Amino acid sequence: MLKTETFTLNMGPQHPSTHGVLQVVLELDGETVVQAIPNMGYLHRGIEKLAESRTYAQFIPYTDRLDYVSSMGNNLGYCQTVEKMIGVTVPERAEYLRIIMTELNRIASHLIFMGSLAIDLGASTGMMFGFRSRERILDLFDMVCGARQTYTYIRFGGVSADIPAEFIPALERFLTDFPAMLDEYHRLLTGNEILYHRLKNTGVISAQRAVEIGLTGPALRASGVDYDIRKVEPYGIYDRFDFNVPLGQVGDCWDRYIIRMEEMKQSADIVAQALSQMPEGTIMASVPKVLKPPAGEVYHSIENPRGELGYYIVSDGGVNPYRLHVRRPSFINLQVLNETCQGLLIGDVVAILATLDSLMGEVDC
Amino acid sequence: MSNRDINTLLAKIQEQYLEDVKIVGEKAQTALLVEPQRLLDILEFLKTSESYQCNMLRNLTAVDYLEYIEVVYHLYSLSLRQAITVKTRCSMEDLQVPSATSIWPSANFQEREIYDLLGVKFTGHPDLRRILLRDEFEGHPLRKTYQAGNTGEKEVKSLC
Repeated sequence: MLKTETFTLNMGPQHPSTHGVLQVVLELDGETVVQAIPNMGYLHRGIEKLAESRTYAQFIPYTDRLDYVSSMGNNLGYCQTVEKMIGVTVPERAEYLRIIMTELNRIASHLIFMGSLAIDLGASTGMMFGFRSRERILDLFDMVCGARQTYTYIRFGGVSADIPAEFIPALERFLTDFPAMLDEYHRLLTGNEILYHRLKNTGVISAQRAVEIGLTGPALRASGVDYDIRKVEPYGIYDRFDFNVPLGQVGDCWDRYIIRMEEMKQSADIVAQALSQMPEGTIMASVPKVLKPPAGEVYHSIENPRGELGYYIVSDGGVNPYRLHVRRPSFINLQVLNETCQGLLIGDVVAILATLDSLMGEVDC
Repeated sequence: MSNRDINTLLAKIQEQYLEDVKIVGEKAQTALLVEPQRLLDILEFLKTSESYQCNMLRNLTAVDYLEYIEVVYHLYSLSLRQAITVKTRCSMEDLQVPSATSIWPSANFQEREIYDLLGVKFTGHPDLRRILLRDEFEGHPLRKTYQAGNTGEKEVKSLC
């Protein structure tokens, strides 16, 4: 009888399909995956430790660097957590601006997902198209805060600046163009037979397993579990908007892809609603320059494009947080990688990694 | 869910486990403080009992309070839409807490992270290794007593 043995292949840390510096140690039997062990930490900067020697306000820019393609959401989660501790009411206009920015950021983040999924599966044009539309959103962010990626736009008690005059016309133009863009991507990718066969029934995660293993965000909803924090525990003013939470049925790569495409449409809807409801007024509540939240602790979470982003802050009454922990959805979602990849081919590992959409800035923290 | 409801719910579980469980904190910060040796029983109870159904471990972290380290479990019930916080404490001399991986597999990476950064040993964990720092790293940086020195002189060995 022919004697065979498995061999080990390192995918990453420098590999275009691992979306950053993730190393996946693959144990292979021929081309079949026996084990896929994620090995992280290459981007670990000790942000939680740094927080303990920074004031509350000084930590906002660090949150930008966690999930660096959806920084608005990171800012929002952190600021709302601290606002919960000090009990600040955010002005109406600022609440609407926050919603507009985070939902635009969700679209931008999902466009990156779409683009990187496409290029990982060999369709490099898909990447260009995704980035083309994302550029329109980044231009909008550039107008309001002067940054394209690390915004620090959302602050304690409101937002850092009101929108300039040219913002609303530009946003309206984007919202008008966006459905056509999305249609184009659906024609290019969703209708593509190769993409369909690569994703359909690949990497199936059952609803029960998804909950057990701690998946959140689109990856959990693709398995059919209805858990969107914007709906179940509405934070900010999310209860004022009418939107759907798309759910998958199978929990395969295809569902994870389709759900994000549908979420972009819903987010554009929310932005349009927020734009029409937004009142005039101030954009900042009065918040002391030096914050000393009362001793105690708060856990607060929001729905970021990658899942539940939670902040757990312990205060001892001083100017620095005593302890700050970030519940990073990308980190916890990666746990499912090994068991999902087992028995599949190397090419499927790429598809699963892309549809889990973990971002290393957030995983390593 | 209002705070009063949470308090009644927590009071019920306290009755059941008596001296091993205490209710700490007020309002939104209310939590169950559990003795480490009863931790798994109580977590299992919170997961399977009809009136709690905490099928999701949302967040797991730990805080260094110098005399002891407190491990914090944020549980959530998808069906009842309610959140419960459970805490347990281990003294600096005996940093051991039973692992919750058998109840919620999602505890796996989070317990490894706590082990890596704070040095709490989770007994019964299937694969307790460092996760963010390299294996040769000495110390646990999130401890309050950790001295962050210049690490530039140390030779970094490649894992490959």
